[in-house]
Amino acid sequence: MPVDVPVEKWSGKVREITIGATQDQGGSRTKTVTVGGETTLPFLYFEGEIPHRPVIAVEVKDQKPEDWSPLLKQVWGDAMADPGTWAKAAEEKGADLIMLTFCLNGPDGNPNTAEQARWAVRQVLDATGLPLIVNGPGQAELDNELIVAVAEEAAGERLLLGCCEDRNYRTIVAAALGHGHLVQARTAMDVNLAKQLNILISDMQLPLERVIMDPTTGALGYGIEYGYSVMERLRLAALQGDSMTQLPMLVTPGEEAWKTKEAKVGEGIPAEWGDWNERGVNWEVITATSLIESGAGIVVLRHPDGVKRVHAAIDALTSGK
Amino acid sequence: MALSGIQIYKLLPGGERPPNPKANCKECGFPTCLAFAMKLAAKQAELALCPYVSEESQTQLSAASAPPIRLVALGSNGHTIQAGQETVMFRHEKTFFNRPGLFLRVNAATPAEDMTAKVKNADGYSVNYVGMDLTLDGFAVDGSQASADQFASVVETVASLTEKPLILASEKADVISAGLKAAGESKALVYGANSENWEAFADIANEFKVPVAISGAEFEELADLTQKFKSKGVKDLVLDPQPNGIYDALSKFTQLRRLALKKNFRPLGYPVIAFPGDWSDDVEIGAMQSIAKYAGFIVLDSFTPASAYSLLVFRQNIYTDPQKPIQVTPGLYEINKPGPDDPLMVTTNFSITYFSVSNEIEGSGNKGWLLVADAEGMSVLTAWAAGKFDAERIAKSVKLTGAGDKINHKSIILPGHVAVLSGELEEELPGWEIKVGPREAVNLPQYLKMVV
Ligand code: B12
Ligand code: SF4
Repeated sequence: MPVDVPVEKWSGKVREITIGATQDQGGSRTKTVTVGGETTLPFLYFEGEIPHRPVIAVEVKDQKPEDWSPLLKQVWGDAMADPGTWAKAAEEKGADLIMLTFCLNGPDGNPNTAEQARWAVRQVLDATGLPLIVNGPGQAELDNELIVAVAEEAAGERLLLGCCEDRNYRTIVAAALGHGHLVQARTAMDVNLAKQLNILISDMQLPLERVIMDPTTGALGYGIEYGYSVMERLRLAALQGDSMTQLPMLVTPGEEAWKTKEAKVGEGIPAEWGDWNERGVNWEVITATSLIESGAGIVVLRHPDGVKRVHAAIDALTSGK
Repeated sequence: MALSGIQIYKLLPGGERPPNPKANCKECGFPTCLAFAMKLAAKQAELALCPYVSEESQTQLSAASAPPIRLVALGSNGHTIQAGQETVMFRHEKTFFNRPGLFLRVNAATPAEDMTAKVKNADGYSVNYVGMDLTLDGFAVDGSQASADQFASVVETVASLTEKPLILASEKADVISAGLKAAGESKALVYGANSENWEAFADIANEFKVPVAISGAEFEELADLTQKFKSKGVKDLVLDPQPNGIYDALSKFTQLRRLALKKNFRPLGYPVIAFPGDWSDDVEIGAMQSIAKYAGFIVLDSFTPASAYSLLVFRQNIYTDPQKPIQVTPGLYEINKPGPDDPLMVTTNFSITYFSVSNEIEGSGNKGWLLVADAEGMSVLTAWAAGKFDAERIAKSVKLTGAGDKINHKSIILPGHVAVLSGELEEELPGWEIKVGPREAVNLPQYLKMVV
């Protein structure tokens, strides 16, 4: 019996965006990363173009984060003491790019400073040739101060700078405009909020070819279904031709998963939760791969075993190409 | 797929050619056959209201109203699992309905003690997630390397160890038959029909009244097979499209779901069975994908608590109805039988939030009163951002539940994330002391030790 498999003819296409600049392009990266360009849903090679594979960023911080899960502190060990060493280690573990995030306080316990931010980004740039994402600690004023300094320090590197949020995007967008960078536009899991922020950003004359959306997510067990569905809806809107949603998406499953009790705590938990390390890595891997399958172009991870497993899954999923 | 009003009209007396003399007789309670057809299309009336529909039309209409993916159920005595009858490609369009069954595969050729241990372990496994006890759904006994007698004895053992539904797998009809006899009452799924052995499997399906899973790498082949089974009167079928990799599984499962929902293609309108261990090096990722992307039954090869827990939670999350966040009833909850000296804490009625907090307090052995405010089922920060968890609402629930009368200290602990509410809450609750707890529930036991 003949079977006529339905193939969707989507009219829209996700913008192609490159992070990082090589020496020829005015930066110092030895590698750049391009995401986007899809004309169909994730991995459905039978009906459209998917020119680039999803990539993995590994998060490193400017100082050793004392509040991270003991499993993470154990696996990165001494590398965590220095952002350059840590980034180098992350590259060795298979990172496609590095996300550098700043702690709220500096090494002296006072609010973090522009000086520390410049130093940290320089360390990372010197230690690895990978492209870079840089995020502030998540407090508007301090974010602006640190990110502006970073944008200057790494002028021309095509960094991805974040986070732009609806309450706080102007300064970061201006810094990106002034120094040849890109921005990460973060909204709280809502299609319309995401579109609105993209409009606000493009109103400042930053071309959408320099914006990556971060629709936020929850971890497995803690609201992943919201992030999962919002990404599916954003991607469907993009394919149906809605220009303001036609941007690659970045999410932070590593941060979300490693915040959960399942990943963070090893004692005094129910026996049914099983082996701590296996569970923690599973939490990150399932959160990340399900989001890749709902449209993420960049996932930010924290554990080297997570990186390894997600990489292998991406290899297998892109083998259909 | 649903018929339009006009399509239905053509099947009613008014639409017959030549017209039926009863056309527009109004006995159905609608002014015309066409009006009735429109109501039928909108699912606001029942076909039975018209006494004059021809038998042929009735058959056509009931076939058209059948779900595009057939519902297939397994198991008995309270342990049933069903798949099929899904209506959407994406969960946000409505919801996914039937959580795919998670089965553990045991090989009939493994030594008896190992197998017994594996089954017992997995059968007894249960994990609590936001107040729900989650378990695996059954076992798949693989008899591909066993004789009929061996298989029968293994199935008998497994059936004696678990009440959960079974999948019996072999391409040999005599092996399956022996297994079904040994399985006793329970309604198993038999796996392993293909273009070669299908007739014998159809006979088994009719004799034992069990659903059959059929394998075929090509859709054409699968569709031919389902039609053959149908011609023998076997309706409960499950499809195994034999993917050869995780990418292929994603494509094939997506195509099958689309064929059913978008084309109403009946020959492939059946639930799908997935064996991620056969096509994914990373079985958890393969199982994760099968849960999100359209499998009805999922067979795993190994069991560890950490793996089962993460997959069961993922399944729960993906199959949550997007229109209804899982909530608990607002009110004052007692944890570990508190007395008037024990602390009063406040949180929201989002299930995940409530259980993160109550589990911490309970697990640490602390006593306490947990006031669950009506925040419309949202987490602390979401509710706060949406204006559903503010000082006014908290004060209101303090009054509503009479929390103040249960304690003798007039102080209340806020979640650390909403420390900003303390000033306003002091105004709303004059004479109360407002304390700010830690941000994360994990740190609550330590905090309680300090304040108590
Ligand atoms: C899932 C989610 C949603 C879901 C809602 C899920 C739900 N039913 O609540 C959806 C998509 C609907 C949603 C919507 C919105 N969201 Co929202 N959402 C999230 C997300 C990803 C996770 C929230 C969650 O479930 N956490 C897990 C639960 C268990 O956490 P929790 O309730 O805080 O409980 C913990 C602690 O607070 C503590 N705790 C709880 N109770 C108590 C009590 C005591 C005494 C103590 C000591 C501790 C304690 O213990 C728990 C575990 O540690 C967060 C971002 C993030 N990753 O955290 C954003 C987030 C909360 N959302 C946010 C926003 C802004 C919104 C919207 C307003 C956006 C919009 N305009 O549409 C809407 C509001 C809803 C509306 N208008 O309808 C913001 C809030 C920002 C802020 N600080 O104000 C966040 C932080 C995202 C962000 N970074 O921007 N959201
Ligand atoms: S009962 Fe209604 S539908 Fe049937 S013939 Fe009369 S008017 Fe038409």
